[in-house]
Amino acid sequence: MEICANGPCKLDSTTIVLRMENELKVPTVAELLAKGEIPDILFWVGCAGSFDERAQKITRDICRILQHVGLNYAILGTEESCTGDPAKRSGNEFLFQMQAMMNIEVLNGYEIKKIVTACPHCFNTLKNEYPALGGNYEVIHHTQLIQDLIDNGKLKPADNNIFKGKKITYHDPCYLGRANEVYEAPRKVLESLDAQLVELKRCRSNGLCCGAGGGQMFKEPEQGKKDINIERIEEVIAIQPHVVAAACPFCMTMLKDGVKIKEKESEIEVLDIAEITARANKL
Amino acid sequence: MIGQLIFAVCFLGALFFFGKNARQIYSNIKLGRDLDRSDRASERWKTMFLVALGQKKMFKRIIPAILHLFVYLGFVIINIEMLEIIIDGLFGTHRVFSFLGGFYNFLIGSFEWLALGVLLSCVIFLIRRNVVKVTRLNSKELNNWPKTDANIILITEILLMSAFLLMNATDLKLQLYGFEHFNAVGSFPVSHYLLPYLPTSTTTLYMIERFCWWFHILGVLAFLNYLPYSKHLHIVLAFPNTYFSNLDAKGKLSNMTAVTNEVKAMLDPSFTPPSSDATARFGAKDVQDLTWKSLLDAYTCTECGRCTSSCPANITGKLLSPRKIMMDTRDRLAEVGNNIKTNGSFVEDGKSLIDTYISREELWACTSCNACVEQCPVNINPLDIIIELRRFAVMEESQAPASINNMFGNIENNGAPWKYAQMDRANWTQQQ
Repeated sequence: MEICANGPCKLDSTTIVLRMENELKVPTVAELLAKGEIPDILFWVGCAGSFDERAQKITRDICRILQHVGLNYAILGTEESCTGDPAKRSGNEFLFQMQAMMNIEVLNGYEIKKIVTACPHCFNTLKNEYPALGGNYEVIHHTQLIQDLIDNGKLKPADNNIFKGKKITYHDPCYLGRANEVYEAPRKVLESLDAQLVELKRCRSNGLCCGAGGGQMFKEPEQGKKDINIERIEEVIAIQPHVVAAACPFCMTMLKDGVKIKEKESEIEVLDIAEITARANKL
Repeated sequence: MIGQLIFAVCFLGALFFFGKNARQIYSNIKLGRDLDRSDRASERWKTMFLVALGQKKMFKRIIPAILHLFVYLGFVIINIEMLEIIIDGLFGTHRVFSFLGGFYNFLIGSFEWLALGVLLSCVIFLIRRNVVKVTRLNSKELNNWPKTDANIILITEILLMSAFLLMNATDLKLQLYGFEHFNAVGSFPVSHYLLPYLPTSTTTLYMIERFCWWFHILGVLAFLNYLPYSKHLHIVLAFPNTYFSNLDAKGKLSNMTAVTNEVKAMLDPSFTPPSSDATARFGAKDVQDLTWKSLLDAYTCTECGRCTSSCPANITGKLLSPRKIMMDTRDRLAEVGNNIKTNGSFVEDGKSLIDTYISREELWACTSCNACVEQCPVNINPLDIIIELRRFAVMEESQAPASINNMFGNIENNGAPWKYAQMDRANWTQQQ
């Protein structure tokens, strides 16, 4: 048994065959190198994507997408380490640069040229802050990669995909949106679903933070009237969507917690753009 | 003749005192750390043109944007009239540009409409602040002086514009009477409505006209000298501040080269770091530790509060207010500047930007979401200051919240901010 979009269901035999064909095989850069190959693109998983149970599902869906379109990708596996983003934003430049230099040594050692990442915080750090320390890569976020794959016809949501006609809204992660001005890619992906897209009151460059950035993910919030994710989820609830789409593992945690606290789990589903894509393409 | 002399003294005196205060502000800003913003000149001019001259970011909020546009256009364009007033004042002429004929009429006519626009906008601004009490204009950090400052500015502008219109009205009436040198010049689409309410005696009219003329010019000169003490300084500094804007992605924080050298030396014992200023501290304890751009930011802030009203921490009732960060930085900088001016060089006063002005609770409430940076109509960056203060707290004092220290420890030991083993990092690949 597994949980389908519509609740518990049995897998039929064709699905099982498909699943076996689609069985995830996630290569590491080291494995490829042993075969004398190097990946065209490195999938930087990030700490949340590696360890957080909810984010792991997103990670696996990204791998399913990469595998489905036949991209020559690999992960660093146990050689990956925190980019240092939370340390830098909390003022610990020493720790950040230690992490950055160790990661750059690994990345440059493998001659990595292009990186896709599922975490806007990793994305921002790798793209904007690693070059000053000798790490120069073409860095994209998974929503940009998915948009590209849709534009090139490599991904096509099924005509009767489960999101068709559903009311979907999108929460802009600060480090994808304001920090790097990626507003269109995730929206383009959602537009391909034939769903009803509704914007939140505070969206795009005016988007409201989920409350987890700048090291907040790792500490209790300061004294105040309410938590930031509650403020955000109230805005989500106001437009009554079936799905609120996220594109960041931290936002995912905050939104998911918000929906839970507000007891709206049966009405509003929080899904990453990658999960939505995987489901719409029946991967 | 005596009038010309008095005018010349007032005019030159006003310029002198303004110059003196401007130099003080300039040297205060120069107390900040070096930062190279001399690159990409064409992109910088473009940013200044769009953001400062073109008011682009003001239009994120349409109602105040339109009202502000009237005041801004009025300020910029009516200042052409100031040139005429100054020449008239110095040489004893009357409406010296009137030889321009039809064009002069067009100018005066436009000034009148603009003056009316400024006047009405300022009245609405006063109502927004004091009657409707718009939330962001009534936060507690504005209590006392900042609120008074805002009202002084608005009332002064209303008085100046009233004097300007009344001056034109009396001028027009004197023209109609054919009084002395009052030739029929100019067009007065707004002030002619005042004619029926004016006295008929030419002597009284002349006195009102002269009073308004003097009130207007002396008011403007006084206002010029009020700027350095006021949030209204933005009318000047908005231009250099947008020119020197950060042009990189907002998410990119500065790289600390001093740290890079130490880390390189740690990782590679054969690396010899280039000699540097060893006494410079990591991060910022006080205003001198911030970059000059952060200090220019502080003097440019006009306390509109768009940053604070979009700050997720502030919206949810936390102590942090990005506007207060800017106001505190300016207040402390003025204090440090005065200290240096009085003592020749900075004498320790037992105060600092962190703790005396900005509390730790404020610092740690920031999510680094860049909403404040995005909202600022003149490209001020409160986040830079917050990060510099955090750097000081963490790297110089080891004073971070316990849970943040735990996160540091986890990254150091396991390569992840949570307590998971590095070797388990790819375990997710084993599940389907």
